[in-house]
Amino acid sequence: MTTPKAERPRRTLSKTATGIEGFDEVTAGGLPKGRPSLVCGAAGCGKTLFAMEFLVRGAVEFGEPGVFIAFEETENDLVDNVASLGFELEDLVSQNLIRLDHIVVDRSDTTEGGEYDLESLFIRLGHAIDSIGAKRIVLDTLETLFGGLNNQAVLRSELRRLFRWLKERGVTAVITAERGDGALTRQGLEEYVSDCVVLLDHRVNDQVSTRRLRIVKYRGSLHGTNEYPFLIDEDGICVMPLTSTSLDHGTSEDRVQTGVPELDQMLGGQGLYRGSSVLLSGTSGTGKSSLASHFAHATCEAGERCLYFAFEESPTQIVRNMRSIGLDLSRHMSAGLLRIVSARPSHYGLELHLATMLKAIKEFAPHSVIIDPITSFIAVGSANDAQAMLVRLVDLLKEREITSYFTSLTQGADTLEATEVGMSSLMDAWLFVRALETNGERNRLIYVLKARGIAHSNQVREFNITSTGIRLTDVYLGPQGVLTGSARVAREAEERIGIAMDILQAEKDKVLSERRRAVIEAQIFVLQAELSADLSDSHHAEQERDGVIQEQSVSREAMAKSRGHLELPANLT
Amino acid sequence: MSTDKKEIIIESIPTSQSEDESNLMKPEVPLEGHVLRLFVTGTTPRSVRAITNLRSILEEHLPGRYSLEIVDLYQQPELAKQNNLIAAPTLIKSLPDPVRRVIGDMSDEVQVLLGLELIVE
Repeated sequence: MTTPKAERPRRTLSKTATGIEGFDEVTAGGLPKGRPSLVCGAAGCGKTLFAMEFLVRGAVEFGEPGVFIAFEETENDLVDNVASLGFELEDLVSQNLIRLDHIVVDRSDTTEGGEYDLESLFIRLGHAIDSIGAKRIVLDTLETLFGGLNNQAVLRSELRRLFRWLKERGVTAVITAERGDGALTRQGLEEYVSDCVVLLDHRVNDQVSTRRLRIVKYRGSLHGTNEYPFLIDEDGICVMPLTSTSLDHGTSEDRVQTGVPELDQMLGGQGLYRGSSVLLSGTSGTGKSSLASHFAHATCEAGERCLYFAFEESPTQIVRNMRSIGLDLSRHMSAGLLRIVSARPSHYGLELHLATMLKAIKEFAPHSVIIDPITSFIAVGSANDAQAMLVRLVDLLKEREITSYFTSLTQGADTLEATEVGMSSLMDAWLFVRALETNGERNRLIYVLKARGIAHSNQVREFNITSTGIRLTDVYLGPQGVLTGSARVAREAEERIGIAMDILQAEKDKVLSERRRAVIEAQIFVLQAELSADLSDSHHAEQERDGVIQEQSVSREAMAKSRGHLELPANLT
Repeated sequence: MSTDKKEIIIESIPTSQSEDESNLMKPEVPLEGHVLRLFVTGTTPRSVRAITNLRSILEEHLPGRYSLEIVDLYQQPELAKQNNLIAAPTLIKSLPDPVRRVIGDMSDEVQVLLGLELIVE
C-alpha cells in the first residue's frame, strides 16, 4: 500500500478575521473559519464584548451576518450595553446583518418528565442562522444551560453534539464561558472545543487593573503564546501584539538633527540615525525636558511630525517653559506638526498607557516620539513591568522607523549609570546630563554614553540653557581636573592673560636682541675702519722706502761719476 | 403515589392564545380546562413516545377537559424562539395560570402530573 499521508498536500487552516484590533495579528489571521472557538474568563473580563465585536465587525467590515445568542442578557440590554462602544446594533438588526436572540433558561417553571434532548435549541439556532444567512454565531454564555437543566449527562452529550453541529453548519462560532477554579471553564467546556481557546483575564495589581488576553490553544495554527494586554475603550477591544518575535525591522542610514548643533557635532557631526531610540537620562533639573523640546523643535523645523508624551507637565506648561528658552512650540502645534499628549502616570495601568500611546501613534503617524519621562511608569508598575512595556514600545517605534527620545530621571548621584542598565540595552544612543556642584554653583554637563553606529565624541561638554536655547561649550580639562562654570571662565581668563604676557615678553626679547646686534655691528664698523687705516699706513711706508732707496742709488752714481770710479756690477747694490 | 385529582375550574376560554395557529393541529376536544401545546421534532421515536404518553396521561386524568396542540418544530422553526424552547419535546401549559412547562418524552407520569399541577407534592 502506498502512504497517502505523505502525498496529502499541506493545507493551511483558513481563518476568519475578527476585525478586533490586534487580535488578528496575534492569531495570524483570526479565529478558525467555520469552527467553534471558546472565549473564557472571569466575570467582567470582556467576554461578551469580545464576542459582540466579533459579530459587529464581521457584519460591518466583512459583510458576514451574525447571530448573537444571549443566555444572560436581554436583547435590549445588549443593545444598550454596546451602544456605549459605538456599535449601533439596532441598525444592524434592521438591516438583517445581526440577529439577537435571548434564551431564557429558567428551571422554576419547568419539570423534567422523561427523556429529552436539546433539539429545540438546535432548531432555534438553525432558524436564526438561516434567517439572515449568518456566517458567524455567538453563544454567550452557554454554561447557563447547566443551571437550567437537571440531566447533566444529557446536557453534556448534547453540547458535544452542538459543537459538532456548528462545525457542520460551517459557521464560525464564539462560545463564551465563565472561568472556573483551577480550570479554564466552570463546566469543562474546553474539552468540547478542540480548535481554539482564548483566555481573557482582568487583574488588579497595586490598585491598577490590567486586562490580558492569551491564546491557550489553537489547533493547526501558529499563534503567539504570550499574554497580550488589551484595553476596552470607546472603539471596542484593542489587543496589543506588542512583542515582535524578531529583530528584523529595517534600519535607516538617514540622519536626523537633535536641535542642538554642538550635540550633532558630538554625534559624528550629523546627529542621530532615523528610527533610533535615544535615552536621555539625568538627575532632576538638568534640562532633560528642554533638550527633549529641542528634539521636538528640530523635528518640526524639518517639516516632520513629532508626538510628545508628557507625564509631568501639561501641554500649555511645556509651551510656556520652552518659550522662556527661546523655543516657540505653539507655532508647531498650530501647524499640526507637534502634538503634546499629557497624562498622569497613575491615571491608568501600564498596559493602558501603552495602548493609548500606540493609538495616538497610529493616529498621528509621527516621525519622532518623545516620552518624558519613562521613569514615571515605574511609579505605576514594577520596574520589571515598566521595562517590559518599554521593550514593546521601543520595538513598535522601531518597526515604524520613528525616532524616539526617552527621558529618564536618575535618582541618586552614586548609581547614575547602574539604575538604567535594564533600559539602556534597548537604546541605540544614550545621552547623559549631570549636574556638577563646585565653588557654590551647579553646572550641567552632557556626554554621549553610547551611540550605536556613530563615531561619537568622548568629550564631556558643558551644557548651558540660555534664553536662545541650549548651547554646549567645551569644559576645561586641565591638570586640576574638570572645570565648569565660573571656574572654567576664570581659568580661561587666566590662560588668556598668560598668553598676552608671553607675547609681550617675546617682543621685549626681540627689541633687546636687535639692540645687541646694532651694537655689535657698530663695533664691527669701527674695527673695519681701523683695519683699513692700518693698511694704508703700511703702503705709504713702503713707497717712501722705495723712494729713499732710489734716491740713494741715484746719488751714489752721481758721486761715483764725480769721483771717476768704475761702474759696479748691478747685483751688488 | 397519590393520584387524587384537583378541582378543575372550567371556564369559557379562547381557542388558542397563539398568533401562529394556521398550521396547528386542531384541538381534539373543544375548549375547556387545560390548554396544552406539545412541541416535538418530527417523528423521532422520542417525539412519538411523548405524544403517546401524554395522550394516555391526559385521557386518564383530564378526560374531555383539555385541548392539546401538537406542533412540529421542523415545520415551524420560528416557534422555537417565540416560545423560548431549548429542550425537545416540550409541553407548555398556558392555561390555567401559571404557565408551566414539562420537558421530556412524558414517560415519568408523576413528574408530568406535577408539572401540569394536577397533583401536588
